[in-house]
Amino acid sequence: MTGANNFSVSGYGPERPVWTRIFARDSLARRLDWPILLSALALSLIGTALVYSATRNRTEINQGDPYYFLIRHLMNTGIGLALMVGTIWLGHRTLRTAVPILYGISVMLILLVLTPLGATVNGAHAWIVFGGGFSLQPSEFVKITIILGMAMLLAARVDAGDKAYPDHRTVAQALGLAAVPMLIVMLMPDLGSVMVMVIIVLGVLLASGASNRWVFGLIGAGALGAIAIWQLHILDEYQINRFAAFANPDLDPAGVGYNTNQARIAIGSGGLTGAGLFHGSQTTGQFVPEQQTDFVFTVAGEELGFVGAGLIIVLLGVVLWRACRIARETTELYGTIVAAGIIAWFAFQAFENIGMTLGIMPVAGLPLPFVSYGGSSMFAVWLAVGLLQSIRVQRPLSA
Amino acid sequence: MSNIPETGRTPRVQIRLVVIQILVLSLLGTLGGRLWYLQIRNGSEYAKEASGNHVQQVVQPAVRGEILDARGVPIADNETRLVVSASRTDLLKMKDDGKGVLTKLGSVLGMKPQDVMDKVRLCDSKTPQPCWNGSPYQPIPITDEATPRQALQIRERSEDFPGITAEPEAVRRYPSPGEANTAQVLGYLSPVTDNEIQQAKDTDSPYLRSDQVGRSGLERQYDKALRGKAGVTRYEVDNLGRVIGKAKSDPAQAGSNLVTSIDARVQRVAEYELDNAMKIARTQFDDITGENYKADSGAVVVMEAKTGRIVAMASAPTYDPNVWVGGISAKDYQQLTGKGSDYPLLNRAIQGQSAPGSTFKVVSTAAAVEAGYSFDGNYPCTSSYSVGGQVFKNFEGENFGPISLGRALEVSCDTVFYGLADNEWKKDGGINPKKGQPKDYFYKAAHQFGLGKPTGIDLPNEVSGRVPDREWKQKYWEANKDSWCKTGKKDGDYVQKIAYENCLEGNKMREGDSINYSIGQGDTLLTPIQEAVIYSAISNGGTMWNPTIGKAVISADGKHVSEIKPKSHGKLPIDQKTRDVMEQALAGVVTRGTAAWKFGGWPQDKIALHAKTGTAEVYGKQTTSWLATYSKDYAVIMTIAQAGTGSGASGEAVHNIYDALYGVQKDGSIDKKKALLYTPQKDLPKIQPDGSITAPKIEKYDPKADQAEGEGQQGMPTDNPPATVPTPTSTNRDTRRRTARPKKRRRILT
Repeated sequence: MTGANNFSVSGYGPERPVWTRIFARDSLARRLDWPILLSALALSLIGTALVYSATRNRTEINQGDPYYFLIRHLMNTGIGLALMVGTIWLGHRTLRTAVPILYGISVMLILLVLTPLGATVNGAHAWIVFGGGFSLQPSEFVKITIILGMAMLLAARVDAGDKAYPDHRTVAQALGLAAVPMLIVMLMPDLGSVMVMVIIVLGVLLASGASNRWVFGLIGAGALGAIAIWQLHILDEYQINRFAAFANPDLDPAGVGYNTNQARIAIGSGGLTGAGLFHGSQTTGQFVPEQQTDFVFTVAGEELGFVGAGLIIVLLGVVLWRACRIARETTELYGTIVAAGIIAWFAFQAFENIGMTLGIMPVAGLPLPFVSYGGSSMFAVWLAVGLLQSIRVQRPLSA
Repeated sequence: MSNIPETGRTPRVQIRLVVIQILVLSLLGTLGGRLWYLQIRNGSEYAKEASGNHVQQVVQPAVRGEILDARGVPIADNETRLVVSASRTDLLKMKDDGKGVLTKLGSVLGMKPQDVMDKVRLCDSKTPQPCWNGSPYQPIPITDEATPRQALQIRERSEDFPGITAEPEAVRRYPSPGEANTAQVLGYLSPVTDNEIQQAKDTDSPYLRSDQVGRSGLERQYDKALRGKAGVTRYEVDNLGRVIGKAKSDPAQAGSNLVTSIDARVQRVAEYELDNAMKIARTQFDDITGENYKADSGAVVVMEAKTGRIVAMASAPTYDPNVWVGGISAKDYQQLTGKGSDYPLLNRAIQGQSAPGSTFKVVSTAAAVEAGYSFDGNYPCTSSYSVGGQVFKNFEGENFGPISLGRALEVSCDTVFYGLADNEWKKDGGINPKKGQPKDYFYKAAHQFGLGKPTGIDLPNEVSGRVPDREWKQKYWEANKDSWCKTGKKDGDYVQKIAYENCLEGNKMREGDSINYSIGQGDTLLTPIQEAVIYSAISNGGTMWNPTIGKAVISADGKHVSEIKPKSHGKLPIDQKTRDVMEQALAGVVTRGTAAWKFGGWPQDKIALHAKTGTAEVYGKQTTSWLATYSKDYAVIMTIAQAGTGSGASGEAVHNIYDALYGVQKDGSIDKKKALLYTPQKDLPKIQPDGSITAPKIEKYDPKADQAEGEGQQGMPTDNPPATVPTPTSTNRDTRRRTARPKKRRRILT
């Protein structure tokens, strides 16, 4: 913006000076949700430092370059920002028309994962690996297309003014639309992502105004399914133990229990202000596996302490709080549903991710939005930020 | 966008959005609460757990302090050896647990691969030696005798030898400056035992697994000072045990250096002369046993008379202390300690005790004076002394007529002392004294001379000798009477007869016991160091010093010097006048008495020497030779077992030692420049600012220089062998001393 100021040549002529245009009441800059943008950016930058701290010594994965992950995380953030800008420029309404295509592409991609092109990383067969160290995790994008797709279906008749709430048929269609990719992802198996999608569907249904029967029916079905799995011994004992190890690490001491234990030690040892960035012994000693991705929060806990880790939660809170505002303030149901889907997604994923490092949630391979290293995840969450911004930008000025 | 109709917000959606918002906030609140619980409330607990997770300690042994002679010449120091070590943590990271690397290493070092692997395995109850019983994070030494070539091979191809290091390390060495071996005085080191680690656990100097501990001699006595403090570096390690940082580091503190009063040059002279005297003795024919003297062991002590500091201390047979370095082999150990060995580890100067013979007469003289006999009185020196049918002969039946106590010392007249002791025995009540009647002047004097207990020298395991007084006799009899009474026969052989007598009245002080005792025979036992203390005390006016070898402990940086001041443990029970006349008599021993024939040409007017010879009879063995001498500065005591008379076996050797000390030339002139130690070394060696101590160069002792007495030179061995081989060889026969000695001499010794 200072650069723009330099170009505003002594302000004569009919054109409004650049800064005036930028700060005009109706300007894009004024209408963007800055708290979300700045919080997301701050989270990404904090993430960069944490990822660097966790990987600078991991020579076996950073190809001998301590900055390997730092640079790539920054690049991912940059691409994410560009994707956000693109999304704002296109607008969520334009995207609404492209939803069937996007949906089709994303389903195609997750199907590709099941072909020999797919690759397994950390037990989840959820990746498509391209040459040159680039890989894609399509399930991240499926989250967006499920939100957009369901929102399109559920909001179509309401936004057209035909109905106050989506009818049963529409809800069924929307659920069907979500179910297809969820089933495919479950086959991978990437249960973490499926869990997120279930929560997204729940959030979308809630925001769409669908009847309570659907909402409670869905919750009840989930609960019944869980009890059935538990009671009918569909899962082996070790699988259950693995699931429950977050609460009792002794159930799986070498696997999940180890992770949980080390993560808790790392975070617990941080105290109020932490060991200082790059000075955490648990982090430097690489005692916590997958610390740059799923367990990145432990770096913050150990090295930045309660203050730093708390800041991450607060920043996530800002994003979610503003997103809720956007959802409430937009006038079309489509925007509301999309925003609510994104809220459900971010909120659950953040809660699950941080919760598992704190030992209050079972361990699942989910990244912490903005902070964890990972291109697909980063792109997806910034796309989502773009959608939120677009919804806010395109709401009526009076709101 | 203005085309899209406003639909308004239905209350249901609006309410649900608020519910979502509250839900989201409560989830985040939950996270915050849990975070607080872990970090703030239980934080310290986890911090403790975290530190235990990743700290490992590695011990760097401290360089052991050097032992220096009085002038700073190292007699025990450290040499740099190339030590090849393997890091277990590195090896275990390899796919084959390092087997390939160790096999390769074995071929470089010329060891069997299995031997190399055995060395790096960890000890446990099931694993036999060799195995490593130190910390698994410690580099494990494979060999400390790598050649520079091997070390280079390993270093240059470090990529072929991951986890293997070849580093120079300090290893104990006994350099024997000027061929001074000093073996028994220095002692030796061996690895610490589990027991010792346990015992020293909570003291201020705990042991480490890798520690070498002093086992005898100075190495043991000053172990704590010499050992220093091992450095402990606490490394932070990662989840695979790889080192990622240093947490805390206590640098190794090198052990302090010990400056001793030993003078390596004098030590060498003493060792050489002792060994040589023994070799010569073995060429001598013993009329009594009808064979050559065995001269199987001996000791010599050179002590500063005014301080009790030890200038030289040698014991024979001896050994090379370097056999201990780097771990002694089973064969060597057997040779040093086995039944067939001649026990070279014994320091016979402090651990060899035997009847002192006539050297004991100074004690008897003091006792007689104490008992009221005039020093200058006339006492009959007859050729024999008879008591109840038992005849106690003077040595070789000599008869000097009535003489003073001084003359009795000079000529070592036994019968004078027999008479005095017998007289006192009778005064004390004879064989059955009344209670409280015995005054026991002769025994009391021995105790007052500090006999029967250790002198307190700063060496471990000193023996106490023995004063066979009434108390001892009673105890000894109680302990042995059963076996005496069993084997004793009235009409049996000599041993059986003695046992019979002992059984009957072994607990009583018999007349013969007291008579024998007065000339240092019978059950009396003294160590050479005790004699050194006594004769030094006579020299210095009566102070009995605790002998000391350690002179100062100097920290490795040279900044802290703690001097070891000699302490005295009493005064001789003689007044100044008695001392003076006694000294005159002992000087007479050198000029006209029993030792005169060995001290011809000595500049007595310039440097007064005093001596007492002794020849102690030992049942079933050849006589023990004693020669106790002193000047105003030094006392020199030499004893050789089974070697004949005191002056005969040791006279020449002791004479040579004094020659070397004072620089006395063969013509009797004194060349102070050639004197090794004309006056005792008072000052400590100079300490450089960096803590190092400068050592003067040492010239090899050349016995020929002061032994060039003309005759018999051709018989001298041309080389100068270290005093380690006690076996007589044919080349040692017929040295000039033998031929030089007058064939028909008057033996007026004892």
